[in-house]
Amino acid sequence: MTELSLAIYAAVRIGVIFSAVMTVVAFLPWIERKLIGRFQQRFGPYRVGPHGILQPIADSIKLVFKEDIIPNNADRVLFVLAPTLALITAVMNLAVIPFGPTFELFGISFGAVQVADVNVGILYIFGFASLGVYSLFLAGWSSGNKYSLLGGLRSSAQMFSYELSLGLSVVTVLMAVGDFKLSEIVLSQEGGFWNWWIVSPKWFVIPGLLGFFLLLVSAFAETNRLPFDLPEAETELVAGYHTEYSSMKFAMFFMAEYINMIVASSIVTTLFLGGWHAPLPYEPFVLAPGWMWFAAKVFVLLFLFIWVRATLPRFRYDQLMNFGWKFMLPLALFNIFLAACCLLLADRFAL
Amino acid sequence: METPSEISVSLEFSIALIFILTAVVFVGGNLILNRLFRPRNPYPEKNSTYECGEHSVGSPWIRFNIRYYIIAILFLIFDVEVLFIIPWAVQFKKLYESLGILAFFEMFVFLLILGLGLAYCWVKGHLEWVLKDRKAAGSNPGI
Repeated sequence: MTELSLAIYAAVRIGVIFSAVMTVVAFLPWIERKLIGRFQQRFGPYRVGPHGILQPIADSIKLVFKEDIIPNNADRVLFVLAPTLALITAVMNLAVIPFGPTFELFGISFGAVQVADVNVGILYIFGFASLGVYSLFLAGWSSGNKYSLLGGLRSSAQMFSYELSLGLSVVTVLMAVGDFKLSEIVLSQEGGFWNWWIVSPKWFVIPGLLGFFLLLVSAFAETNRLPFDLPEAETELVAGYHTEYSSMKFAMFFMAEYINMIVASSIVTTLFLGGWHAPLPYEPFVLAPGWMWFAAKVFVLLFLFIWVRATLPRFRYDQLMNFGWKFMLPLALFNIFLAACCLLLADRFAL
Repeated sequence: METPSEISVSLEFSIALIFILTAVVFVGGNLILNRLFRPRNPYPEKNSTYECGEHSVGSPWIRFNIRYYIIAILFLIFDVEVLFIIPWAVQFKKLYESLGILAFFEMFVFLLILGLGLAYCWVKGHLEWVLKDRKAAGSNPGI
């Protein structure tokens, strides 16, 4: 492949993936409001366009035309930096997610539906996900508001606590695959849902299920979604770390939250739910392109995020900390032990 | 001279860098678009700190609970542990081939020590968010 065609393919991949995800991000609040409405026996947004489908466009136009207020008390530089950092770190994570296998259109191969297949994919994601903590804490600290400060503190402590179980939950998959590369992890789950790391055959059922559970719960906590949304607990902290934000900066925090939801769902899909592989390796299923399966799995997980929000009440803060340190962390450590034992047993008895 | 795999690694990272630049341009574009269209009409009341309609009293940078700091320290310790475990996990199969069962036990001695550390914090009450006994977290060794 010549350098020029390589550059063009890379540009096409970046453009397509970026705009596709941004479109989903724009319509995700509408989907969420519609679903929450249905869960609460009302209609949700209904006025703008058929069934309110143009609501996100109306919202974004409104937000662009709103006045941007920076309070006198705020640290102006950090106040602007915080939402910028939140959105940039959220978008960065999209770069390594394997959305699909090699994509062909009109006989031209565009390569895998993945911006960059870096060799340390998992570490890249964890690294940038941890950077997200800075944005929330800087927002809380720089606003010059007590509610914001408390929200920022809470969010950083919460993300610290659950990052540990997040990091340890993927170890089971890493042990079985032996590679950081996300595309390799997807390839290792080829051929039907019984090969996915959540319910792989023979010896891997319990560590896989436990790891899936730990990763999912930690993902809820890391994205500040209910029942872990204490950083923005509106009944006590107004809006937490983004109390003082308005206009586009407020929108940027929201976009970051929704992108983080998509990234978290994609990670769960990639590691435990077979990535872009079809659930059954037979004729009608494998005809659909891989990115469709990936999108379908991600949307099921996003629905789960919204469903949980409509179902569960918020934790108390001490409950949150107890759950993170006294349940999730020991369970994650035990799960590594279990996975190693399973691998050794499988080797011993040549399963 | 770079080997082909090194070239491909740097290529993938440079594409990721371009993606990051795309994100920066996108965010900057949003801010500029907002700056072009938004009205600007500040006055002191509007720019005051939000406090549910009251005047804000005192400094916003209050003293906060020391437990946040303890949680941060605990996080540092266990995060280093995670960083240590992940490379071991990736190489586990290869290590098992060369070292045998030792690859398993070496890590679990390490894990056991850290598990003891967690148990120590637990018993000393450093994981409790609400302290029933104010002395529990320091002067009174309840262990």
